[in-house]
Amino acid sequence: MTLRRLWRKAVNDVMLTMTGICAVLTASALFFILGYLIWNGSTSLDWNFFTKLPLSPGESGGGMANAIVGSAKIVFLGALIGVPVGFVAGVFLSEFSGKTLANTIRFTADLLNGVPSIVIGILAWALIVVPTRHFSAWAGGFALSLMVIPVTLRATEQFLGQVPLSLREGALALGASKWKSVATVVVPAARTGIMTGIILGVARISGETAPLLFTALNNQYWSKGFNEPTASLPVMIYNRAISAFDDFHRQAWAAGLVLLALVLVANIAARMVLAKGAAAHRG
Amino acid sequence: MTTMGAIPQPETKREAMADTTPDAKPQAGPKLRASNVDFFYGKFQALHNISIDFPENKITALIGPSGCGKSTFLRTLNRINDTIRGARATGEVVLDGENIMEGDVTELRRRVGMVFQRPNPFPKSIFDNIAYGVRINGMARRGQIHEVVERSLRRAALWEEVKDKLNKSAYALSGGQQQRLCIARALAVDPEVLLLDEPCSALDPIATSKIEELLLGIKEQCTLIIVTHNMQQAARVADFTGFFLLGKLIEVNKTDIIFKTPAKKETEDYITGRFG
Repeated sequence: MTLRRLWRKAVNDVMLTMTGICAVLTASALFFILGYLIWNGSTSLDWNFFTKLPLSPGESGGGMANAIVGSAKIVFLGALIGVPVGFVAGVFLSEFSGKTLANTIRFTADLLNGVPSIVIGILAWALIVVPTRHFSAWAGGFALSLMVIPVTLRATEQFLGQVPLSLREGALALGASKWKSVATVVVPAARTGIMTGIILGVARISGETAPLLFTALNNQYWSKGFNEPTASLPVMIYNRAISAFDDFHRQAWAAGLVLLALVLVANIAARMVLAKGAAAHRG
Repeated sequence: MTTMGAIPQPETKREAMADTTPDAKPQAGPKLRASNVDFFYGKFQALHNISIDFPENKITALIGPSGCGKSTFLRTLNRINDTIRGARATGEVVLDGENIMEGDVTELRRRVGMVFQRPNPFPKSIFDNIAYGVRINGMARRGQIHEVVERSLRRAALWEEVKDKLNKSAYALSGGQQQRLCIARALAVDPEVLLLDEPCSALDPIATSKIEELLLGIKEQCTLIIVTHNMQQAARVADFTGFFLLGKLIEVNKTDIIFKTPAKKETEDYITGRFG
Protein backbone atom coordinates (compact mmCIF):
# COMPACT_ATOMS: atom_id res chain seq x y z
CA MET A 1 0.00 0.00 0.00
CA THR A 2 2.73 2.47 0.91
CA LEU A 3 4.59 1.49 -2.25
CA ARG A 4 1.55 2.29 -4.29
CA ARG A 5 1.19 5.66 -2.54
CA LEU A 6 4.84 6.44 -3.21
CA TRP A 7 4.35 5.59 -6.89
CA ARG A 8 1.30 7.83 -7.12
CA LYS A 9 3.15 10.68 -5.47
CA ALA A 10 6.08 10.23 -7.86
CA VAL A 11 3.81 10.28 -10.92
CA ASN A 12 2.09 13.36 -9.58
CA ASP A 13 5.37 15.19 -9.02
CA VAL A 14 6.73 14.30 -12.46
CA MET A 15 3.58 15.38 -14.27
CA LEU A 16 3.31 18.60 -12.28
CA THR A 17 6.92 19.46 -13.06
CA MET A 18 6.47 18.73 -16.76
CA THR A 19 3.32 20.84 -17.12
CA GLY A 20 5.06 23.63 -15.22
CA ILE A 21 8.11 23.49 -17.48
CA CYS A 22 5.94 23.62 -20.61
CA ALA A 23 4.03 26.62 -19.28
CA VAL A 24 7.26 28.45 -18.45
CA LEU A 25 8.72 27.54 -21.87
CA THR A 26 5.71 29.05 -23.64
CA ALA A 27 5.88 32.27 -21.70
CA SER A 28 9.65 32.52 -21.94
CA ALA A 29 9.63 32.12 -25.74
CA LEU A 30 8.31 35.67 -26.06
CA PHE A 31 10.78 37.05 -23.53
CA PHE A 32 13.61 35.19 -25.23
CA ILE A 33 12.72 36.68 -28.63
CA LEU A 34 12.33 40.14 -27.11
CA GLY A 35 15.63 39.85 -25.24
CA TYR A 36 17.47 38.54 -28.27
CA LEU A 37 16.14 41.36 -30.46
CA ILE A 38 17.16 43.95 -27.88
CA TRP A 39 20.58 42.36 -27.45
CA ASN A 40 21.30 42.34 -31.19
CA GLY A 41 19.26 45.25 -32.45
CA SER A 42 19.32 47.98 -29.85
CA THR A 43 22.81 49.18 -30.86
CA SER A 44 21.48 50.03 -34.35
CA LEU A 45 18.35 51.56 -32.95
CA ASP A 46 19.08 55.26 -32.86
CA TRP A 47 17.32 58.38 -34.03
CA ASN A 48 18.70 57.84 -37.54
CA PHE A 49 16.90 54.51 -37.76
CA PHE A 50 13.61 56.35 -37.70
CA THR A 51 14.59 59.36 -39.83
CA LYS A 52 17.21 58.33 -42.45
CA LEU A 53 16.98 56.34 -45.66
CA PRO A 54 18.84 53.01 -45.95
CA LEU A 55 22.45 53.26 -47.13
CA SER A 56 24.37 51.07 -49.56
CA PRO A 57 26.47 48.18 -48.33
CA GLY A 58 29.77 49.28 -46.86
CA GLU A 59 28.50 52.63 -45.60
CA SER A 60 27.64 52.51 -41.92
CA GLY A 61 24.63 54.22 -40.40
CA GLY A 62 21.46 55.05 -42.26
CA GLY A 63 17.94 54.04 -41.24
CA MET A 64 14.64 52.64 -42.32
CA ALA A 65 12.40 55.70 -42.33
CA ASN A 66 11.01 54.80 -45.73
CA ALA A 67 10.21 51.23 -44.61
CA ILE A 68 8.39 52.47 -41.50
CA VAL A 69 6.29 54.91 -43.52
CA GLY A 70 5.87 52.29 -46.27
CA SER A 71 4.62 49.67 -43.82
CA ALA A 72 2.17 52.19 -42.42
CA LYS A 73 0.90 53.00 -45.95
CA ILE A 74 0.48 49.36 -46.96
CA VAL A 75 -1.16 48.32 -43.69
CA PHE A 76 -3.42 51.37 -43.91
CA LEU A 77 -4.53 50.32 -47.40
CA GLY A 78 -5.03 46.74 -46.26
CA ALA A 79 -7.19 47.87 -43.33
CA LEU A 80 -9.02 50.46 -45.45
CA ILE A 81 -10.17 47.78 -47.89
CA GLY A 82 -10.35 44.75 -45.61
CA VAL A 83 -11.97 46.08 -42.43
CA PRO A 84 -15.16 47.51 -44.02
CA VAL A 85 -15.65 44.46 -46.23
CA GLY A 86 -15.11 42.04 -43.35
CA PHE A 87 -17.26 44.11 -40.98
CA VAL A 88 -20.23 44.44 -43.34
CA ALA A 89 -19.98 40.76 -44.28
CA GLY A 90 -19.88 39.85 -40.57
CA VAL A 91 -22.98 41.94 -39.86
CA PHE A 92 -24.78 40.32 -42.77
CA LEU A 93 -23.72 36.87 -41.62
CA SER A 94 -24.80 37.38 -38.02
CA GLU A 95 -27.98 39.37 -38.52
CA PHE A 96 -29.49 38.97 -41.96
CA SER A 97 -28.49 35.79 -43.75
CA GLY A 98 -30.17 32.40 -43.69
CA LYS A 99 -28.51 29.44 -42.03
CA THR A 100 -27.23 27.69 -45.17
CA LEU A 101 -25.74 30.82 -46.69
CA ALA A 102 -24.19 31.78 -43.34
CA ASN A 103 -22.54 28.39 -42.99
CA THR A 104 -21.19 28.60 -46.54
CA ILE A 105 -19.74 32.07 -46.06
CA ARG A 106 -18.32 31.17 -42.65
CA PHE A 107 -16.62 28.09 -44.09
CA THR A 108 -15.23 30.12 -47.00
CA ALA A 109 -13.91 32.76 -44.62
CA ASP A 110 -12.18 30.09 -42.54
CA LEU A 111 -10.61 28.66 -45.70
CA LEU A 112 -9.45 32.13 -46.74
CA ASN A 113 -7.97 32.56 -43.28
CA GLY A 114 -6.05 29.33 -43.77
CA VAL A 115 -4.65 30.14 -47.20
CA PRO A 116 -0.84 30.40 -46.89
CA SER A 117 0.16 34.05 -47.07
CA ILE A 118 2.59 33.41 -49.93
CA VAL A 119 -0.37 32.18 -52.02
CA ILE A 120 -2.25 35.38 -51.20
CA GLY A 121 0.83 37.23 -52.46
CA ILE A 122 0.77 35.30 -55.74
CA LEU A 123 -2.92 36.11 -56.17
CA ALA A 124 -2.34 39.84 -55.66
CA TRP A 125 0.63 39.65 -58.01
CA ALA A 126 -1.48 38.01 -60.73
CA LEU A 127 -4.47 40.32 -60.23
CA ILE A 128 -2.71 43.66 -59.81
CA VAL A 129 1.02 43.58 -60.48
CA VAL A 130 0.79 41.73 -63.81
CA PRO A 131 -2.00 43.87 -65.35
CA THR A 132 -0.51 47.17 -64.16
CA ARG A 133 3.04 46.03 -65.02
CA HIS A 134 4.58 47.44 -61.85
CA PHE A 135 4.89 46.71 -58.16
CA SER A 136 2.96 49.06 -55.90
CA ALA A 137 1.67 49.77 -52.40
CA TRP A 138 -1.80 49.13 -53.83
CA ALA A 139 -0.87 45.55 -54.68
CA GLY A 140 0.63 45.00 -51.22
CA GLY A 141 -2.37 46.60 -49.53
CA PHE A 142 -4.74 44.45 -51.56
CA ALA A 143 -2.87 41.30 -50.54
CA LEU A 144 -3.01 42.28 -46.86
CA SER A 145 -6.70 43.20 -47.12
CA LEU A 146 -7.45 39.60 -48.13
CA MET A 147 -5.91 38.56 -44.84
CA VAL A 148 -7.83 41.15 -42.77
CA ILE A 149 -11.25 40.27 -44.20
CA PRO A 150 -11.73 36.83 -42.61
CA VAL A 151 -10.37 37.98 -39.23
CA THR A 152 -12.66 41.02 -39.13
CA LEU A 153 -15.62 39.00 -40.39
CA ARG A 154 -15.27 36.33 -37.74
CA ALA A 155 -14.69 38.82 -34.92
CA THR A 156 -17.74 40.86 -36.00
CA GLU A 157 -19.93 37.81 -36.32
CA GLN A 158 -18.78 36.33 -33.03
CA PHE A 159 -19.32 39.46 -30.94
CA LEU A 160 -22.65 40.32 -32.60
CA GLY A 161 -23.78 36.78 -31.82
CA GLN A 162 -23.13 37.44 -28.13
CA VAL A 163 -25.51 40.42 -27.99
CA PRO A 164 -28.51 39.12 -26.03
CA LEU A 165 -31.88 38.63 -27.71
CA SER A 166 -33.48 40.86 -25.07
CA LEU A 167 -31.65 43.94 -26.41
CA ARG A 168 -32.75 43.21 -29.99
CA GLU A 169 -36.35 42.73 -28.88
CA GLY A 170 -36.14 45.90 -26.79
CA ALA A 171 -35.24 47.89 -29.88
CA LEU A 172 -37.82 46.21 -32.12
CA ALA A 173 -40.53 46.74 -29.49
CA LEU A 174 -39.95 50.51 -29.70
CA GLY A 175 -40.70 50.53 -33.41
CA ALA A 176 -37.19 50.09 -34.79
CA SER A 177 -36.91 48.28 -38.08
CA LYS A 178 -34.58 45.29 -38.16
CA TRP A 179 -31.94 47.36 -39.90
CA LYS A 180 -32.23 50.25 -37.41
CA SER A 181 -32.09 47.93 -34.42
CA VAL A 182 -28.85 46.42 -35.73
CA ALA A 183 -27.27 49.78 -36.49
CA THR A 184 -28.30 51.58 -33.30
CA VAL A 185 -28.33 48.86 -30.63
CA VAL A 186 -26.77 45.55 -31.65
CA VAL A 187 -23.58 46.83 -33.29
CA PRO A 188 -22.91 49.49 -30.60
CA ALA A 189 -23.39 46.82 -27.91
CA ALA A 190 -20.73 44.66 -29.60
CA ARG A 191 -18.49 47.61 -30.47
CA THR A 192 -15.61 46.97 -28.09
CA GLY A 193 -15.32 43.31 -29.01
CA ILE A 194 -15.34 44.06 -32.72
CA MET A 195 -12.78 46.85 -32.24
CA THR A 196 -10.48 44.46 -30.41
CA GLY A 197 -10.75 41.89 -33.18
CA ILE A 198 -9.92 44.50 -35.80
CA ILE A 199 -6.91 45.82 -33.87
CA LEU A 200 -5.51 42.32 -33.47
CA GLY A 201 -6.16 41.53 -37.13
CA VAL A 202 -4.40 44.68 -38.30
CA ALA A 203 -1.49 44.01 -35.92
CA ARG A 204 -1.25 40.53 -37.39
CA ILE A 205 -0.90 41.75 -41.00
CA SER A 206 1.63 44.42 -40.11
CA GLY A 207 4.21 41.66 -39.65
CA GLU A 208 3.36 39.72 -42.82
CA THR A 209 6.27 39.38 -45.25
CA ALA A 210 5.29 36.84 -47.89
CA PRO A 211 2.29 38.73 -49.35
CA LEU A 212 4.51 41.79 -49.89
CA LEU A 213 7.55 40.12 -51.47
CA PHE A 214 6.29 40.39 -55.02
CA THR A 215 3.50 42.91 -54.64
CA ALA A 216 4.88 45.99 -52.89
CA LEU A 217 8.41 44.65 -53.44
CA ASN A 218 10.88 46.99 -51.76
CA ASN A 219 12.42 50.37 -52.28
CA GLN A 220 15.74 51.93 -51.22
CA TYR A 221 14.18 55.37 -51.40
CA TRP A 222 10.96 57.15 -50.56
CA SER A 223 8.01 56.11 -52.69
CA LYS A 224 5.57 58.74 -53.85
CA GLY A 225 1.88 57.99 -53.47
CA PHE A 226 0.64 54.44 -53.64
CA ASN A 227 1.68 53.52 -57.17
CA GLU A 228 5.38 52.79 -56.74
CA PRO A 229 7.31 49.88 -55.29
CA THR A 230 7.22 50.50 -51.55
CA ALA A 231 9.56 49.49 -48.76
CA SER A 232 8.11 47.77 -45.69
CA LEU A 233 9.63 46.66 -42.39
CA PRO A 234 9.12 42.89 -42.85
CA VAL A 235 10.58 42.85 -46.38
CA MET A 236 13.42 45.10 -45.24
CA ILE A 237 14.20 42.64 -42.45
CA TYR A 238 14.26 39.81 -44.97
CA ASN A 239 16.59 41.65 -47.35
CA ARG A 240 18.92 42.81 -44.60
CA ALA A 241 19.05 39.40 -42.95
CA ILE A 242 20.09 37.53 -46.10
CA SER A 243 22.83 40.08 -46.94
CA ALA A 244 26.50 39.52 -46.12
CA PHE A 245 27.13 42.59 -43.97
CA ASP A 246 27.23 42.68 -40.17
CA ASP A 247 25.89 46.22 -40.09
CA PHE A 248 22.89 45.14 -42.18
CA HIS A 249 22.28 42.19 -39.87
CA ARG A 250 22.20 44.52 -36.89
CA GLN A 251 19.68 46.71 -38.71
CA ALA A 252 17.51 43.69 -39.41
CA TRP A 253 17.47 42.93 -35.66
CA ALA A 254 16.57 46.54 -34.93
CA ALA A 255 13.74 46.46 -37.46
CA GLY A 256 12.49 43.24 -35.91
CA LEU A 257 12.50 44.92 -32.53
CA VAL A 258 10.46 47.87 -33.84
CA LEU A 259 7.96 45.55 -35.50
CA LEU A 260 7.54 43.42 -32.40
CA ALA A 261 7.11 46.53 -30.26
CA LEU A 262 4.35 47.79 -32.59
CA VAL A 263 2.51 44.46 -32.41
CA LEU A 264 2.83 44.38 -28.60
CA VAL A 265 1.51 47.93 -28.34
CA ALA A 266 -1.44 47.00 -30.57
CA ASN A 267 -2.20 44.00 -28.38
CA ILE A 268 -2.06 46.05 -25.21
CA ALA A 269 -4.27 48.71 -26.82
CA ALA A 270 -6.80 46.02 -27.76
CA ARG A 271 -6.86 44.76 -24.18
CA MET A 272 -7.36 48.26 -22.87
CA VAL A 273 -10.26 48.85 -25.28
CA LEU A 274 -11.86 45.63 -24.06
CA ALA A 275 -11.33 46.47 -20.40
CA LYS A 276 -12.79 49.94 -20.88
CA GLY A 277 -15.82 48.44 -22.62
CA ALA A 278 -16.34 46.01 -19.78
CA ALA A 279 -16.07 48.80 -17.24
CA ALA A 280 -18.67 50.88 -19.12
CA HIS A 281 -21.05 47.90 -19.02
CA ARG A 282 -20.64 47.54 -15.29
CA GLY A 283 -21.42 51.25 -15.05
CA MET B 1 -54.83 34.35 -42.68
CA THR B 2 -58.01 34.76 -40.65
CA THR B 3 -60.40 32.10 -39.56
CA MET B 4 -63.24 34.54 -38.89
CA GLY B 5 -66.63 32.98 -39.26
CA ALA B 6 -65.43 29.46 -38.75
CA ILE B 7 -66.35 29.49 -35.09
CA PRO B 8 -69.05 31.71 -33.60
CA GLN B 9 -67.89 34.37 -31.17
CA PRO B 10 -68.69 33.76 -27.50
CA GLU B 11 -71.13 36.63 -27.20
CA THR B 12 -71.47 36.54 -23.43
CA LYS B 13 -67.92 37.76 -23.05
CA ARG B 14 -68.48 40.74 -25.32
CA GLU B 15 -71.55 41.80 -23.38
CA ALA B 16 -69.75 41.62 -20.10
CA MET B 17 -67.13 43.97 -21.50
CA ALA B 18 -69.68 46.27 -23.12
CA ASP B 19 -70.95 47.38 -19.68
CA THR B 20 -67.61 48.85 -18.86
CA THR B 21 -66.93 50.91 -21.99
CA PRO B 22 -66.96 54.60 -21.15
CA ASP B 23 -70.29 56.30 -21.70
CA ALA B 24 -68.67 59.10 -23.66
CA LYS B 25 -68.06 56.76 -26.57
CA PRO B 26 -71.11 54.58 -26.88
CA GLN B 27 -70.17 53.45 -30.38
CA ALA B 28 -66.52 52.77 -29.66
CA GLY B 29 -65.44 49.15 -29.38
CA PRO B 30 -62.58 48.00 -27.23
CA LYS B 31 -59.15 49.52 -27.74
CA LEU B 32 -57.76 46.18 -28.76
CA ARG B 33 -59.68 43.07 -29.75
CA ALA B 34 -58.27 39.64 -30.49
CA SER B 35 -60.50 37.24 -32.41
CA ASN B 36 -59.89 33.56 -32.95
CA VAL B 37 -56.13 33.80 -32.58
CA ASP B 38 -54.22 30.56 -33.13
CA PHE B 39 -50.47 30.43 -32.75
CA PHE B 40 -47.97 27.82 -33.88
CA TYR B 41 -44.30 27.22 -33.11
CA GLY B 42 -43.58 25.07 -36.16
CA LYS B 43 -46.09 22.23 -35.85
CA PHE B 44 -46.79 22.79 -32.15
CA GLN B 45 -49.98 24.76 -31.56
CA ALA B 46 -49.37 27.04 -28.57
CA LEU B 47 -52.62 29.04 -28.68
CA HIS B 48 -56.11 27.79 -29.45
CA ASN B 49 -58.74 30.16 -30.71
CA ILE B 50 -58.16 33.06 -28.32
CA SER B 51 -60.77 35.82 -28.37
CA ILE B 52 -60.59 38.67 -25.90
CA ASP B 53 -61.30 42.39 -25.68
CA PHE B 54 -59.08 44.95 -23.99
CA PRO B 55 -61.07 48.05 -22.96
CA GLU B 56 -59.41 51.43 -23.28
CA ASN B 57 -57.60 52.92 -20.26
CA LYS B 58 -58.06 49.77 -18.22
CA ILE B 59 -55.56 47.26 -16.94
CA THR B 60 -56.16 43.70 -18.04
CA ALA B 61 -54.13 40.95 -16.38
CA LEU B 62 -53.45 37.61 -18.01
CA ILE B 63 -52.79 34.88 -15.49
CA GLY B 64 -52.16 31.17 -15.68
CA PRO B 65 -49.55 28.52 -14.93
CA SER B 66 -46.16 28.47 -16.68
CA GLY B 67 -46.34 27.43 -20.31
CA CYS B 68 -50.05 28.20 -20.65
CA GLY B 69 -49.42 30.57 -23.55
CA LYS B 70 -50.09 33.89 -21.83
CA SER B 71 -46.71 35.36 -22.81
CA THR B 72 -46.98 33.95 -26.33
CA PHE B 73 -50.37 35.60 -26.67
CA LEU B 74 -49.07 38.92 -25.34
CA ARG B 75 -46.23 38.76 -27.86
CA THR B 76 -48.66 38.35 -30.78
CA LEU B 77 -50.26 41.67 -29.87
CA ASN B 78 -47.21 43.65 -31.07
CA ARG B 79 -46.10 40.88 -33.44
CA ILE B 80 -42.73 40.57 -31.73
CA ASN B 81 -43.16 36.83 -32.25
CA ASP B 82 -42.69 37.50 -35.98
CA THR B 83 -38.95 37.44 -35.32
CA ILE B 84 -39.04 33.79 -34.24
CA ARG B 85 -38.25 31.39 -37.06
CA GLY B 86 -41.12 29.02 -37.80
CA ALA B 87 -43.63 30.94 -35.66
CA ARG B 88 -47.03 31.68 -37.19
CA ALA B 89 -50.15 33.41 -35.96
CA THR B 90 -53.63 33.29 -37.49
CA GLY B 91 -56.83 35.07 -36.60
CA GLU B 92 -57.45 38.77 -36.13
CA VAL B 93 -56.06 41.36 -33.76
CA VAL B 94 -57.83 44.67 -34.19
CA LEU B 95 -56.45 47.93 -32.81
CA ASP B 96 -58.91 50.85 -33.12
CA GLY B 97 -60.82 48.96 -35.78
CA GLU B 98 -57.75 48.09 -37.84
CA ASN B 99 -56.39 44.58 -38.24
CA ILE B 100 -52.75 44.65 -37.17
CA MET B 101 -51.86 41.17 -38.36
CA GLU B 102 -50.93 42.70 -41.67
CA GLY B 103 -49.47 46.11 -42.35
CA ASP B 104 -46.54 48.12 -41.03
CA VAL B 105 -45.08 46.32 -38.06
CA THR B 106 -42.80 49.19 -36.96
CA GLU B 107 -45.71 51.64 -36.70
CA LEU B 108 -47.69 48.98 -34.81
CA ARG B 109 -44.88 48.56 -32.29
CA ARG B 110 -44.62 52.30 -31.83
CA ARG B 111 -48.33 52.33 -30.90
CA VAL B 112 -48.21 49.11 -28.86
CA GLY B 113 -45.22 49.27 -26.51
CA MET B 114 -43.72 46.42 -24.54
CA VAL B 115 -41.91 45.88 -21.25
CA PHE B 116 -40.12 42.58 -20.83
CA GLN B 117 -39.70 40.09 -18.03
CA ARG B 118 -36.09 41.03 -17.31
CA PRO B 119 -35.09 44.70 -17.48
CA ASN B 120 -33.32 45.16 -20.81
CA PRO B 121 -31.84 48.66 -20.86
CA PHE B 122 -29.54 49.34 -23.79
CA PRO B 123 -25.82 49.72 -22.98
CA LYS B 124 -26.21 53.48 -23.30
CA SER B 125 -26.72 56.38 -20.94
CA ILE B 126 -30.00 56.79 -19.06
CA PHE B 127 -30.85 59.75 -21.27
CA ASP B 128 -30.08 57.91 -24.52
CA ASN B 129 -32.17 54.93 -23.40
CA ILE B 130 -35.26 57.10 -23.00
CA ALA B 131 -34.52 59.15 -26.11
CA TYR B 132 -33.95 56.06 -28.25
CA GLY B 133 -37.52 55.47 -29.42
CA VAL B 134 -38.13 59.18 -29.95
CA ARG B 135 -35.02 59.44 -32.10
CA ILE B 136 -35.50 56.36 -34.28
CA ASN B 137 -39.13 57.27 -34.89
CA GLY B 138 -38.17 60.87 -35.72
CA MET B 139 -40.73 62.12 -33.22
CA ALA B 140 -39.07 65.20 -31.75
CA ARG B 141 -36.74 68.03 -32.58
CA ARG B 142 -33.47 68.27 -30.69
CA GLY B 143 -34.71 70.79 -28.16
CA GLN B 144 -37.81 68.78 -27.39
CA ILE B 145 -36.03 65.55 -26.57
CA HIS B 146 -35.08 66.79 -23.11
CA GLU B 147 -38.73 67.50 -22.34
CA VAL B 148 -39.80 64.08 -23.57
CA VAL B 149 -37.11 62.38 -21.49
CA GLU B 150 -38.07 64.25 -18.33
CA ARG B 151 -41.79 63.69 -18.83
CA SER B 152 -41.29 59.97 -19.48
CA LEU B 153 -39.07 59.52 -16.43
CA ARG B 154 -41.61 61.38 -14.30
CA ARG B 155 -44.43 59.15 -15.57
CA ALA B 156 -42.33 56.12 -14.62
CA ALA B 157 -41.62 57.62 -11.16
CA LEU B 158 -37.89 57.56 -11.78
CA TRP B 159 -37.09 61.23 -12.43
CA GLU B 160 -36.20 62.19 -8.86
CA GLU B 161 -33.77 59.28 -8.57
CA VAL B 162 -31.89 59.83 -11.84
CA LYS B 163 -32.23 63.51 -12.72
CA ASP B 164 -28.62 64.22 -11.67
CA LYS B 165 -27.08 61.30 -13.52
CA LEU B 166 -28.79 61.23 -16.90
CA ASN B 167 -25.44 60.72 -18.63
CA LYS B 168 -24.49 57.72 -16.51
CA SER B 169 -24.82 54.21 -17.92
CA ALA B 170 -28.24 52.67 -17.42
CA TYR B 171 -26.40 49.60 -16.15
CA ALA B 172 -25.47 51.54 -13.00
CA LEU B 173 -29.12 51.45 -11.86
CA SER B 174 -30.63 48.78 -9.63
CA GLY B 175 -32.88 46.10 -11.11
CA GLY B 176 -36.08 47.85 -10.07
CA GLN B 177 -34.81 51.18 -11.39
CA GLN B 178 -33.82 49.52 -14.64
CA GLN B 179 -37.32 48.14 -15.07
CA ARG B 180 -38.85 51.56 -14.42
CA LEU B 181 -36.32 52.92 -16.96
CA CYS B 182 -37.64 50.39 -19.48
CA ILE B 183 -41.19 51.51 -18.73
CA ALA B 184 -40.14 55.14 -19.20
CA ARG B 185 -38.42 54.19 -22.45
CA ALA B 186 -41.61 52.57 -23.70
CA LEU B 187 -43.75 55.56 -22.60
CA ALA B 188 -41.47 58.03 -24.38
CA VAL B 189 -42.98 57.16 -27.77
CA ASP B 190 -46.55 57.71 -26.48
CA PRO B 191 -47.87 54.19 -26.95
CA GLU B 192 -51.64 53.71 -26.94
CA VAL B 193 -51.29 50.22 -25.51
CA LEU B 194 -48.52 48.97 -23.21
CA LEU B 195 -47.82 45.24 -22.94
CA LEU B 196 -46.02 44.08 -19.80
CA ASP B 197 -44.60 40.56 -19.76
CA GLU B 198 -44.17 39.57 -16.09
CA PRO B 199 -42.47 42.92 -15.43
CA CYS B 200 -41.89 42.28 -11.73
CA SER B 201 -40.81 38.65 -11.71
CA ALA B 202 -37.14 39.60 -11.31
CA LEU B 203 -37.79 42.26 -8.66
CA ASP B 204 -38.14 42.42 -4.89
CA PRO B 205 -41.46 43.37 -3.22
CA ILE B 206 -40.55 47.04 -2.75
CA ALA B 207 -39.54 47.50 -6.38
CA THR B 208 -42.67 45.57 -7.36
CA SER B 209 -44.98 47.84 -5.40
CA LYS B 210 -43.39 50.93 -6.97
CA ILE B 211 -44.08 49.54 -10.42
CA GLU B 212 -47.65 48.58 -9.58
CA GLU B 213 -48.26 52.08 -8.28
CA LEU B 214 -46.97 53.70 -11.46
CA LEU B 215 -49.02 51.34 -13.64
CA LEU B 216 -52.17 52.61 -11.92
CA GLY B 217 -50.98 56.13 -12.77
CA ILE B 218 -50.29 55.57 -16.45
CA LYS B 219 -53.56 53.83 -17.29
CA GLU B 220 -55.09 57.31 -17.57
CA GLN B 221 -53.39 57.69 -20.94
CA CYS B 222 -52.71 54.13 -21.92
CA THR B 223 -54.37 50.74 -22.18
CA LEU B 224 -52.38 48.21 -20.18
CA ILE B 225 -52.10 44.46 -20.57
CA ILE B 226 -49.99 42.68 -17.98
CA VAL B 227 -48.95 39.05 -17.95
CA THR B 228 -48.24 37.86 -14.43
CA HIS B 229 -47.87 34.62 -12.58
CA ASN B 230 -48.50 36.51 -9.37
CA MET B 231 -52.24 36.35 -8.64
CA GLN B 232 -52.07 38.93 -5.87
CA GLN B 233 -50.55 41.32 -8.36
CA ALA B 234 -53.42 40.76 -10.76
CA ALA B 235 -55.89 41.29 -7.94
CA ARG B 236 -54.13 44.52 -6.88
CA VAL B 237 -53.80 46.29 -10.21
CA ALA B 238 -56.08 44.79 -12.83
CA ASP B 239 -59.59 45.90 -13.79
CA PHE B 240 -60.05 42.72 -15.81
CA THR B 241 -58.38 39.35 -15.58
CA GLY B 242 -58.13 36.55 -18.11
CA PHE B 243 -57.18 33.02 -17.15
CA PHE B 244 -55.11 30.91 -19.56
CA LEU B 245 -54.63 27.17 -19.36
CA LEU B 246 -52.88 24.91 -21.87
CA GLY B 247 -53.03 27.44 -24.69
CA LYS B 248 -56.70 28.27 -24.17
CA LEU B 249 -58.39 31.31 -22.64
CA ILE B 250 -60.60 29.69 -20.03
CA GLU B 251 -62.43 32.85 -19.02
CA VAL B 252 -62.10 36.60 -18.74
CA ASN B 253 -64.09 38.97 -16.59
CA LYS B 254 -63.85 41.77 -14.06
CA THR B 255 -61.02 40.96 -11.70
CA ASP B 256 -63.13 40.62 -8.54
CA ILE B 257 -65.49 38.26 -10.32
CA ILE B 258 -62.60 36.08 -11.50
CA PHE B 259 -61.19 35.93 -7.99
CA LYS B 260 -64.46 35.60 -6.05
CA THR B 261 -66.96 33.84 -8.27
CA PRO B 262 -65.25 32.42 -11.32
CA ALA B 263 -67.55 30.71 -13.82
CA LYS B 264 -65.24 27.84 -14.68
CA LYS B 265 -64.00 25.09 -12.43
CA GLU B 266 -60.45 25.29 -13.86
CA THR B 267 -60.23 28.94 -12.88
CA GLU B 268 -61.45 28.25 -9.38
CA ASP B 269 -58.93 25.41 -8.98
CA TYR B 270 -56.11 27.66 -10.07
CA ILE B 271 -57.19 30.63 -7.99
CA THR B 272 -57.55 28.52 -4.88
CA GLY B 273 -54.14 27.00 -5.43
CA ARG B 274 -55.22 23.49 -6.27
CA PHE B 275 -52.64 23.45 -9.08
CA GLY B 276 -50.26 25.76 -10.95
